[in-house]
Amino acid sequence: MLTKKVKSRVYLISLILVSISIALFFILRSLNNNILYFKTPSDIKLEKTVNYNKIRIGGMVKKNSLKIDSEEIEFTVTDFKNELIVSYRGTVPNLFSEGKGVVAEGVLSDKNFFIADRILAKHDEEYMPPELKDLLKDNVK
Amino acid sequence: MLSNLGNIILFLNALITLSIIYISIQKIKIKDQVVSKNIYQLSLFQSTLIISSFFILVIGFVTSDFSMITVYQNSHTLKPLIYKISGTWGNHEGSLLLWLIILSLFSFLFLVYNKSRPGNFRIYTLIVQNILILGFLFFLLFNSNPFSAISPIPKEGLGLNPILQDPALAIHPPLLYLGFVGSSIYFSAAIASMLANYPGKLFAQSIKNWVLISWWFQTVGILAGSIWAYYELGWGGFWFWDPVENASLLPWFAMTALFHSLLVLEKRNLFYFWVIILCILTFILCVTGTFLVRSGILNSVHTFASDPSRGIYILFFLSFLILSSVFILFKKFQTGNYKINTNSKETYILVNNWFMIFYLITVLLGTIYPIFTEVLTNHKVSVGPPFYNTVIIPIVVLFLIFMSLGPRTKWIKDRFQDFFLLIKLLTGSILVNFFIVIFFKSYSLLSNLIIISSLFLIFSSLLDLISSLKRTNTDFSRVISHLSFGFLILFIGLNHNFSFEKDFNLKVGEKKKIDDYTVEFEDLKLENFKNYKAVVGNFKIDNNKKKLNLSLNPEIRIYQQPSTLTYEASIRTGILKDYYLTMSNIDRSDYYNIKFQKKPFMLWIWVSVILISAGGLVRLFKNENKIS
Repeated sequence: MLTKKVKSRVYLISLILVSISIALFFILRSLNNNILYFKTPSDIKLEKTVNYNKIRIGGMVKKNSLKIDSEEIEFTVTDFKNELIVSYRGTVPNLFSEGKGVVAEGVLSDKNFFIADRILAKHDEEYMPPELKDLLKDNVK
Repeated sequence: MLSNLGNIILFLNALITLSIIYISIQKIKIKDQVVSKNIYQLSLFQSTLIISSFFILVIGFVTSDFSMITVYQNSHTLKPLIYKISGTWGNHEGSLLLWLIILSLFSFLFLVYNKSRPGNFRIYTLIVQNILILGFLFFLLFNSNPFSAISPIPKEGLGLNPILQDPALAIHPPLLYLGFVGSSIYFSAAIASMLANYPGKLFAQSIKNWVLISWWFQTVGILAGSIWAYYELGWGGFWFWDPVENASLLPWFAMTALFHSLLVLEKRNLFYFWVIILCILTFILCVTGTFLVRSGILNSVHTFASDPSRGIYILFFLSFLILSSVFILFKKFQTGNYKINTNSKETYILVNNWFMIFYLITVLLGTIYPIFTEVLTNHKVSVGPPFYNTVIIPIVVLFLIFMSLGPRTKWIKDRFQDFFLLIKLLTGSILVNFFIVIFFKSYSLLSNLIIISSLFLIFSSLLDLISSLKRTNTDFSRVISHLSFGFLILFIGLNHNFSFEKDFNLKVGEKKKIDDYTVEFEDLKLENFKNYKAVVGNFKIDNNKKKLNLSLNPEIRIYQQPSTLTYEASIRTGILKDYYLTMSNIDRSDYYNIKFQKKPFMLWIWVSVILISAGGLVRLFKNENKIS
C-alpha cells in the first residue's frame, strides 16, 4: 500500500504533468493553425489545387507592372520563372519599388491572383529576407 | 593610431581578466576567505580600461576616423554629432564593447557592494563573472573587433542606417543592454552560491537589488523600442511579436518571475533551487536572444546585418554556459522543504511564476518554431501575431484575476475572507465594462473579459492602496506596479478595439471622406536638411461633428548616405487619442499612398509602462534605505 504522503505526491505530480501536456497541446495546435508558409510564384504554379489559407509570397516586383488608382495598388511578382499578380490596399513600406524584392502576406484568389493585406517592411536596402536571398540564388545565376 | 591603441587596451584587458581568475582560483585553493586589495585594484583597472577603450571608439566616431572598419561602415562626416556618438553602439562591434563594459562594471560593483558577505561567495562570483568577460572578450577580439584597421583609408564612411538615426533608438540599445547584461551578475552569483554553499535568505538579499536594476532597465528598454517602432516604422503598432522583440521579452518574463520568487526566498527561505534555476535561465535567455538577433537565423523585420560566424561562436559559448551550469545544478541539487499552504502568499507567487513560465514557453516556441520546421521539413514558415494573440490573451484574463487576489493574501496561511468585497469589485468591473460597451459600441467576448479582469485588478489595487495608506508599513512599489499593469492591459484592450485605420491613395489637391473625417492633401514642399532632403506633405483633417480641425505633415526623407528613403509619420498626440498619418510615394505615379489612423489612449500605454517600472525603482530605494 502506498502511504498517504506518497499518494498525495503522486496525485500532485500527475496533475502537473497533465496540465503541462494540455498546455503544450494547445500551444502547439494553435502554432500549427497560425503559421504562414512562404511560397514563390513557382511553388504556387506547381501545386495541384489552390490553397486558400493565408500565406506569404515573395519575389521581385516586375518592371512596369505597377498600376495604381485611388483605392488599390496592383503589381506583378516574379521569380524569373513564373509570375503572380498581386493586388493590395494599404500603405507600402520603405523601399517598395519596381525591380526590388518584396514579401507580401495574404490569400490567393486563384493560381494567378493574390490579394495581399500586408507588405512587409524592411530596414535597409541591403537587407533581404532570407527566403528571397535563397530564391534569387537558385534562379539568377 | 586609435585602432592600435584600442587593440592594445583590449589585449591588456584579457591579461587582467586572466590574472583575476588565476588569483581568485589560488585563493579558493588555499581556502583564503579574504578578498585582497589586489583583486579590488585589478577589477577597478579592468573596468577603467574597458571604459577607456569604449571612449577611444567614441572618439573614432566623432572624429570620423575611417581607418577603423567599424567607423567606416557605420558613420559619415555629414551625420549630426549625436548620431555619430550613438553610432558607436548602433552596430554589432560597438554594442559588444558596451556589453563588456557592463559585465566588467557590474563585476566590480558587486564586489564593492557586498563587503559584508563571506569571501568565498564573492570570490566564486568574481571567477564566474570573469569567465563570462573572457568569453565575450575573445569573441570581440577574434570575431568582431571594433578596432580592426582598414587600408587604404577610405575618404568617406558608408553612413548609419537612417532609420536608426533617432533619439529613441539612440538610448534604446544601452538601456536594453543594461537589462540583458545586468542579469549576468546574478547568474554568476547563483553559480557561486551553489559552489560556496551560501544558500537561502542571505543569498536572496545579496542579489535582489541587482535583479531589480536589470528588470528596470529591461522594462524601460523595451518601452523605448516600442515607442520607436510606433512612430518610425509607420504602421502605427507598437508590438509585433517579431523574433527580435520576443528576444527582449523572454528574459523579461524570467526576471519578473525571479524577483517574485526572491520575495519568498527572503521571507520564508523557500524555493532556493527554483530561484537558482530562474537566475540561470534569465541570463541564458539573454545570450540566446543575442544569438537569435545577431546570427540572422530568424527572419525578422528588424534584422540587422548579420553574419553566421558570429552565431556559431555565440552558440558554442551558450552551450558551454548551459551545460556547465546544469552540471553544477545537478551536482548540488537537494530536495528542499516545499510544504506550503494552498491559501498563502507563497502559493500565489508560485502561481505568478507558472504564468510567467507559460508565457515564456509560448513565446519561445513561437520564436524558434520556424527554425525547426525549416530544418525538419524544409518548409519556410513564419509565426504571426495571431498565434500569440490566441494563446496568450485568454490566459491573461486568468492571470489578472490571480494578480488581484495574490497581494491580499497573507504569508504562511490565510483564511478565505473578503469574499463579498471581491464580489462587489467584480460587479463594479462588469458595470464599468457595460458603460464602456454602451459608449464605444460592442466588441468581442474575449475583449470584454480582458477589460473586466483588468478593471478588477485596478479596483482591488486601488483598495489596496487606500488600506495601505492607513498602515505605516506600506508596500507602494507593489501597489504602483500592479495598478499600472492593470491600466496597461486596460488601455491596450481599449486601444486594440477602438483603433481606426484607413488606407487610400491620393493626388495633391484631392480630398477623401472617411466616416465623419475629411482628409485633404493640400500641397507638397521640398525641404533641405544637413544630411537629407525631405518631401513634406501638408494634410488637413476635418471633422464637422467633433469640430476637429488639424493639419498633419508627414514626410518622405531621402538620405544620401546610404541612399535610403524613410517615411516619417506625422502624429498628433492627445490625452485621449493620437491621430497618425503616413504618406509614401509610389513609382511612376502622381498618387501618394496614405494611411490615416486614430489610436485611442496611446499616451496612457506609455505612461502605464513607465509607472510599472517606477514601482521597481521605489522598491530599490526602499531596500537601499533598509540597509543603511
